[in-house]
Amino acid sequence: MTAPEAPRAAFDRVLLLVVPAAAFMLLLFIYPFLYGLALSFNPKEGGALANYAHFFTTDNLWPTIWTTLRLALPATLINVGLALPIAFKMRVKSPYQRWATTILVIPITLGTVLIAEGMLTYFGPKGWLAQFLQFFHLYEGSIRLTHNYWGVLISLVISGFPFAFLLILSYITGIDPVLARAASTLGADPRSQFRHIYLPLLAPGLAMCFCLAFVQAFSVFPSAVLLGSPAGPTRVISIAAYEAAFEQYDYSMASAIAMIMGFVQLVIVAAVLGARSLMYRGPVSAGKG
Amino acid sequence: MSASVANRGSRWLDRAWTGLLWGLMTLFLVNIGLMIAAVATNSFAKRWLGTWLPEGWTTSWYTSAWKEFQLDAILWVTVQVVFAVVFLALLIGVPAAYTLARRNFPGKRLLMLLFLLPLMVPPITYGIPLATVLYKAQLAGTIYGVILANLIPAAPFVILVMTPFIEQIDPNLESAARVFGAGTGRMFWHILVPLLGPGILAASLLVLVRTIALFELTFLTAGPDSQTLVVALYYAVFAAGVRAPQSVDAMAMVYMAVTLAWLLIALRFVNPTQLVSRVKEHPQPA
Amino acid sequence: MDHDFNELRLDGVTRRFAGAGGLAFAALNELTLTIQRGEFIALLGPSGCGKSTALNCIAGLMQLSGGSIWLDSTRIDTLPPEKRGFGMVFQNYALFPHMTVARNIGFGLKMRGLSDANVAPRVAHALQLVQLTGQEHKLPGQLSGGQQQRVAIARAIVIEPPLVLMDEPLSNLDAKLRIETRAEIRRIHKELGRSTIYVTHDQDEALSLADRIVVMKDGVVQQIAAPHDVYAQPANLHVARFMGYRNVVEVAIERESGERVTVSGPDICLTGVRKQPLADGRACIAMRPEEFTLGADPGGSNTISGRVDNVEYCGRDSLIDVVTASGTRLYVRANGAPQAGDTVYVHIPVERTLVYPHE
Repeated sequence: MTAPEAPRAAFDRVLLLVVPAAAFMLLLFIYPFLYGLALSFNPKEGGALANYAHFFTTDNLWPTIWTTLRLALPATLINVGLALPIAFKMRVKSPYQRWATTILVIPITLGTVLIAEGMLTYFGPKGWLAQFLQFFHLYEGSIRLTHNYWGVLISLVISGFPFAFLLILSYITGIDPVLARAASTLGADPRSQFRHIYLPLLAPGLAMCFCLAFVQAFSVFPSAVLLGSPAGPTRVISIAAYEAAFEQYDYSMASAIAMIMGFVQLVIVAAVLGARSLMYRGPVSAGKG
Repeated sequence: MSASVANRGSRWLDRAWTGLLWGLMTLFLVNIGLMIAAVATNSFAKRWLGTWLPEGWTTSWYTSAWKEFQLDAILWVTVQVVFAVVFLALLIGVPAAYTLARRNFPGKRLLMLLFLLPLMVPPITYGIPLATVLYKAQLAGTIYGVILANLIPAAPFVILVMTPFIEQIDPNLESAARVFGAGTGRMFWHILVPLLGPGILAASLLVLVRTIALFELTFLTAGPDSQTLVVALYYAVFAAGVRAPQSVDAMAMVYMAVTLAWLLIALRFVNPTQLVSRVKEHPQPA
Repeated sequence: MDHDFNELRLDGVTRRFAGAGGLAFAALNELTLTIQRGEFIALLGPSGCGKSTALNCIAGLMQLSGGSIWLDSTRIDTLPPEKRGFGMVFQNYALFPHMTVARNIGFGLKMRGLSDANVAPRVAHALQLVQLTGQEHKLPGQLSGGQQQRVAIARAIVIEPPLVLMDEPLSNLDAKLRIETRAEIRRIHKELGRSTIYVTHDQDEALSLADRIVVMKDGVVQQIAAPHDVYAQPANLHVARFMGYRNVVEVAIERESGERVTVSGPDICLTGVRKQPLADGRACIAMRPEEFTLGADPGGSNTISGRVDNVEYCGRDSLIDVVTASGTRLYVRANGAPQAGDTVYVHIPVERTLVYPHE
């Protein structure tokens, strides 16, 4: 696909510069994917669809889809739902904006493993949060925020919210503020400005942000193991895939699970982007600036 | 532009809403801060069970963690992996970005999609088939396999950072250099490299920070001798029962110090939002 | 608030910004102005003179640091822009890129709670007024600059505002379109019979459009007058320079009698008209290049002699640089084609020689 049109004239050698990168991606991204797809139809035993049949009939495999969705969808909704109004409040360039973006980039950079370790220390039954709540008699029962569903959900918010916030902020600051001012001179109060100007212009970006945040949450792995209960309520689909590959050494089955994981992500993304195609797509600045 | 004259009710609602948002944001940041502080405190704690602060302070966990987890070896692997990834990603990414910025050719959109996908598909999804292929090629478990795996998101990232950067460099500068007699090679070294400098610096810092923290791909492809810091930390937390939690926290602090040091360096040259993703819509003019 | 008014009164309107080193500077200082219903007012001045600040303060897009704004007896400077009910045309049009032309124009009506059935005929009328009928289903990105401009005007006037604010609306158009649209704006203003405040840095625009011109510099009003007065009788040297009095020469005052002042400088002895009180024996005279006449004889009063230094042929006339013996350079725009090096005599009428205090 890198080949230019039939080299009637002199061949443009600049095009060769893209070949190493393209070849690398084909070899290490596309080929493994196709290889995995083929492998998944080539099970250790049984017919071509045996892996998939096994997945959807085994009690500790197919429910992982729901388990993962039950974590990923609320996490994505919380992250995008909170990030949108907060980013909107912070759309004007200010020292606050600079500080908030800098601080929020830290949890993203640290990554999920460190967040998990921090949460085990901080949110644990003897951690500062539990002590604080009990000291001020805000909550008397024992605090169980780790090794269960809530621990994983919180970790998904901690890593996902900054991501959604920074992404949405970059979309919002790309919208020319003079549009809102124009709307205000035409009688739109701040709420109408948001509804009629910002929201429609943001919609494509929001859809994109939702997809990226969802796909990330759906592939949750380290925090589901470290902070959840990987045998029970947070046995997500990536754990099932990992176990198949590295505990049972059934690469065929593991590939099948990875394909299912990719397929579910694709379905949700396609649904969101499909809805987006109904909306305005185009420049978000005024006039031909 | 606040609704300062709206009636009292909606004004109160506005205030409450603003307050709520700021409150949530503060709560979030304070808890993150406390979380990090808790790890730091624990790593220096002699004994800390159910009290506000530990009974005594010590730095011995760092020395024991260093020995127990063989941090010197792990750090050396991390340095090798990270710098190899940055170097190779620039090596194949910058020329590709140049072509994408300067030329139009059939299949360009498809190629852009090929470079965009690895940044949108989560690593664990493509990591398992990738690990399978790498095991077959007997590269998995070695440092080479880890480097190759980490290059998959790194090279496209360089391309997506550099392409708009190169686009904004006036192509006439290259033409001018040619008119004055510079061949392709000399044009590249005397004109492009100095102009691309800031972009390359930004791209390498971004890739560096992301690679240090990238867990899944290394986890799936590394063997015992090719673990990076973040994977070693995962195993330490995973086997938390075996080791003292303070020791694990000491290791977490080492990891955090390494990451944050590079993050601070990176933030001097790049905008925080650039770390998140370059997957930004470039709307076509209508 | 969509009601009509008889006069809009700006009373000491001031806007300060935090400047370098924490010092506040006034981008707009004590602007006091009363605008009658139906008037076309131009705020004229170089960039940074405070004219756009003034417009934004009137629109409500900027809060005042001092002063007040009144519509008849209602104070409006505390109202947010959406409650003032003015129409505004922005410099870069600020059309909503995701809405069709018709929805852009109908936006203000929709915000006023009108039903779609009531919006449609008014939008159609506005489209007709700006001669864009048939374009209503296009997106702004599909229109040319001039068309976008007219959509922006239609959007501002369809709400039938008592006051239309225009912020350099023609600055993004090419020269030909600018002149056409200028006439259009004047026609629409006449047709609606409402008031317009128009911000521009272009004297020609201000002179051709406005009933009254407010000339500003550094946030301070320099002159408020009808176009002809601003052009012929600038209130001070700043206004004179801005209105094209290119020849400003510092001279000594010889004598004053009534309005008339006789001044002298090296090689120059002229009588002119005093525009501001003079003091301490020195003054500046301001003269337009095109008000000189060129002669070859030293006769008559108010004549200066000099050597032609450079001639630029401009078609209808020529731009001639005349340098006096002591080196004062005069810019003269006149018919005739003297050669560089010729000695010439230029004459200027007494009433076109304006005398101001020296700087």
